[in-house]
Amino acid sequence: MSTLDFVGLQPGAATVRGFAPAVAKPIAAQGSGDALVRIAGLTVAFDDGKRHVPVLHGIDLEIRRGETIGIVGESGCGKSVTWLAALRLLGKRARIGGTVSLDGQPMHDFSDAAMARIRGKQIAMIFQDPASSLNPVHRIGRQLAESISLHRGLTGQAARAEALRLLDRVHIPNPGQRLSAYPHELSGGMNQRVMIAMALAGEPDLLVADEPTTALDATIQAQILDLLREIRQDSGMALALISHDLGVIADICDRVMVMYAGRVVEAADSRALFATPGHPYTQGLLAALPDLDAPHRRLEAIAGTVPEPGKLPGGCSFRLRCPHADADCAAEVPGLGHIDKAHQVACLKADSL
Amino acid sequence: MSALLEVDSLVRHYPVRIPGGLFGQPATLRAVDGVSFAVSPGKTLGLVGESGCGKSTTAKLVLGLLPPTAGAVRFEGGHVPARRNAEWRALRQRMQMVYQDPLGALDRRLPVVAQVMEPLTVFKIGTPAERREKARDLMAAVGLTPHLFERFPHELSGGQRQRVVLARALILEPSLLVCDEPISALDVSIQAQVINLLLDLQDRFGVAFLFISHDLKVVRQVSHEVAVMYLGRIVEQGEPEKLFHEPAHPYTKALVSAIPSPWRQEGYERIVLQGDPPNPVQVPSGCAFHPRCAYATAACREVRPVLADIGDGRKAACHLLSPIASA
Amino acid sequence: MLRYIASRGLRALITIFLVLSFAFVILRLSGDPALLILSPDAPPEALEAFRKGWGLDAPLWRQYLGYFLNIAEGNFGQSMRDGRPAIDLVLERIPATLAITLPAFALKLLIGVPAGIFAALHRNSLIDRLVMSLSVAGYTIPSFVLGLVLVLVFAVNLGWLPSGGYTSPWHAVLPIVTLGLGGAAILARFTRSAMLEVLGQPYIRTASAKGLIWRRVVTSHALPNAAIPTVTIIGFMVGSLIAGAVVVESVFSWPGVGRLLVSAVANRDLAVVQAILLLVAACMVTSNLVVDALYGWIDPRLRSGRTVKAGG
Repeated sequence: MSTLDFVGLQPGAATVRGFAPAVAKPIAAQGSGDALVRIAGLTVAFDDGKRHVPVLHGIDLEIRRGETIGIVGESGCGKSVTWLAALRLLGKRARIGGTVSLDGQPMHDFSDAAMARIRGKQIAMIFQDPASSLNPVHRIGRQLAESISLHRGLTGQAARAEALRLLDRVHIPNPGQRLSAYPHELSGGMNQRVMIAMALAGEPDLLVADEPTTALDATIQAQILDLLREIRQDSGMALALISHDLGVIADICDRVMVMYAGRVVEAADSRALFATPGHPYTQGLLAALPDLDAPHRRLEAIAGTVPEPGKLPGGCSFRLRCPHADADCAAEVPGLGHIDKAHQVACLKADSL
Repeated sequence: MSALLEVDSLVRHYPVRIPGGLFGQPATLRAVDGVSFAVSPGKTLGLVGESGCGKSTTAKLVLGLLPPTAGAVRFEGGHVPARRNAEWRALRQRMQMVYQDPLGALDRRLPVVAQVMEPLTVFKIGTPAERREKARDLMAAVGLTPHLFERFPHELSGGQRQRVVLARALILEPSLLVCDEPISALDVSIQAQVINLLLDLQDRFGVAFLFISHDLKVVRQVSHEVAVMYLGRIVEQGEPEKLFHEPAHPYTKALVSAIPSPWRQEGYERIVLQGDPPNPVQVPSGCAFHPRCAYATAACREVRPVLADIGDGRKAACHLLSPIASA
Repeated sequence: MLRYIASRGLRALITIFLVLSFAFVILRLSGDPALLILSPDAPPEALEAFRKGWGLDAPLWRQYLGYFLNIAEGNFGQSMRDGRPAIDLVLERIPATLAITLPAFALKLLIGVPAGIFAALHRNSLIDRLVMSLSVAGYTIPSFVLGLVLVLVFAVNLGWLPSGGYTSPWHAVLPIVTLGLGGAAILARFTRSAMLEVLGQPYIRTASAKGLIWRRVVTSHALPNAAIPTVTIIGFMVGSLIAGAVVVESVFSWPGVGRLLVSAVANRDLAVVQAILLLVAACMVTSNLVVDALYGWIDPRLRSGRTVKAGG
């Protein structure tokens, strides 16, 4: 979460402790075992000086090569923190547990230098606000060339040629001119294209896109989503799309995970999730969302507010807002269970809903 | 029914300098470039468009926070003064505003109930006890529970803060509420709560809304009429059901089709516009949308279309919909 | 651009004009130079003659007008004490002042900037707290107290360095250290907060996410941005090279511009005070201009000024 105290301090300093708890059970992906990235039992707590505030309570997920997975949830649910933690970008105050492995290699074994080599090269990440995600004092060309020389060893004219190719790849008009532009001279959509070009410089296996279109206008959002789809098809790169917008997720994702208060509450194929949502929270989100095409109806809001991290109710975190909750829901945190072959829901009432 | 708010050919230009020459070239930024609409009592007009289309400037002009370059705003039969005089202040009783960021709109040092009461104190309405009573009633009406009344803004959630802002805006019983992206900063599940609240408040208090948002889904949910803006002008206007189901103007079509939805049908074709919206300093000639329009003709490049009736109670500014001869 | 320079130049002149006018009024209101220089017991005729000689009997507006007309001609008036041109008195003191302020300035930069960067990079660590405590101490302790403490320790107790005077380079050490430490404390604090602000920006996260090692993130992404606010305070320090040592020069009996100013004020030596103030104001204004130019150089967002970005 960009709001969740990203302090920008030395990323390598984040402490990784412990291994996957025995309960870790990654989402079943057909033909698993060849997962590109596998996250198991990932926990994150932020040290606020007085205590550790837990924000992730054990996330399990798998991404296969070339797959597009959507991670959806409201602010504070931990959807961004999951990936910032996996890439060790959370800073010193984050206490991280669990395992993250890349191509079967557990990443917590890696040194800071090895982590830096993974970032951008194997897993690239782009962010919500493209204008402030680019360095305001460096030209676009320099920022691109930095990635190109880092991951491909090109410098000088070769780097410039590659930078031009990348800008062209993300459909930026007049790429030659843009190389010498500063971020503040470009529009938000253009800056996001530059961010994508920079991410492509390392030819990563996975692109993590954290709310890539949230700060953009609707017509520009459509352009960027098209671009991401196109690049994914051409390059076979996997994509993890983080968004609060169910529409955006439905637009390009094969598989979706819904997060609430630091846990995955539902995971399913995109179509199944939107057609037959299993968790009361997912159902609530869909009912609360106005639909431009359907007949006019009163929205069904989810009552109450998202609990603050560190102040979760016992048992199911959603139970205080849930219309189906009863005493059982307070007793234990429901784990993810299958309601269908590729559809998991973390709800005690999943079968009866 | 006569209009509560009438906006007539409203124009707001800013002098700017663009790069070029020794000192830059003087140029004109056409933030709002001839906008007319009316809001009936107790109804909602949704003003929708992308950033830079002039919707927020229009809100400021309506509120009298900015003087218009040309055109007029009439509210409850009188002119809206663009200077902050006694008349302008008196107007604040009848026309209130709600912005995107409720935390910025609230005073961090005062308990929220005091802030809801404040307008009554400013306009010297009622005794202190009556003011408090009324504030508590209204806060209950916007769905705040009494244990929140004495809290400070930072102790409330985003949705609760926006409820406080709404209570404060409504306490003087205004006839018009100008809402500029009032729910854009809120989470999905909270947005629905506030949308429903706005509709309930309109039913209960008969207040009219000028509702400004970039979010078509939300605008459709709350509006009786919708105006779509592009580069400082209204390009299409009509009832939300018709406008969003069968958009007439090519820009509205693209805008509607750009909205991602989990319920889109299989095989749905999205219209993706090329490029960014032009800069309001260099508004294209003729129809401002023509460089991005798939249907543009020679006439579109030269003659600026006017907002004209296209039947069905709808208006659009497009040569394809109302041939030039009639314009 | 020309227009920009012209407008900045004009504003600089107005600033200097205001400073001089203010000084003129305050000095004229604060006592009669004749009484101070000749002593109050002097015969009335002598006082009268003194006032007439220096033009002090003319109406205030006429003195004011004459003063600025003279400046326009390059005449800054004469010292009322020895009749020498005020500007000469001031200029001959400048080397002495620079002899301590320049090394002190270097000391400020060499200690303050690295300390601030280091503290920010190790925020909340023991070292950060130590640096910040020292910094608070450094800028809350007035320089005359710090100077006296240093004299007490290094001159009186240890006897390593002379306590005052200007006969050898060793005499400059304590004034330099006194000035330098105070400035370093301020600079460390500024640099640290600028650096912390920058480290929290999204582009720092981007730089890490693109695979740069932390050292490169700091050197090529954080430092250039943190330099922007830091340049302001450094510019201010450059501006005070001439007259920033008033207290320290007095404490260490250093024969610089600062001490001249103190004695000139005490004696109501109007022309000398005004000449110094003119010099100080000119330095400040110039350093401000340089800072602005540097801003434009470091921060491209300011370079394009208030022009509108082209549609992309």
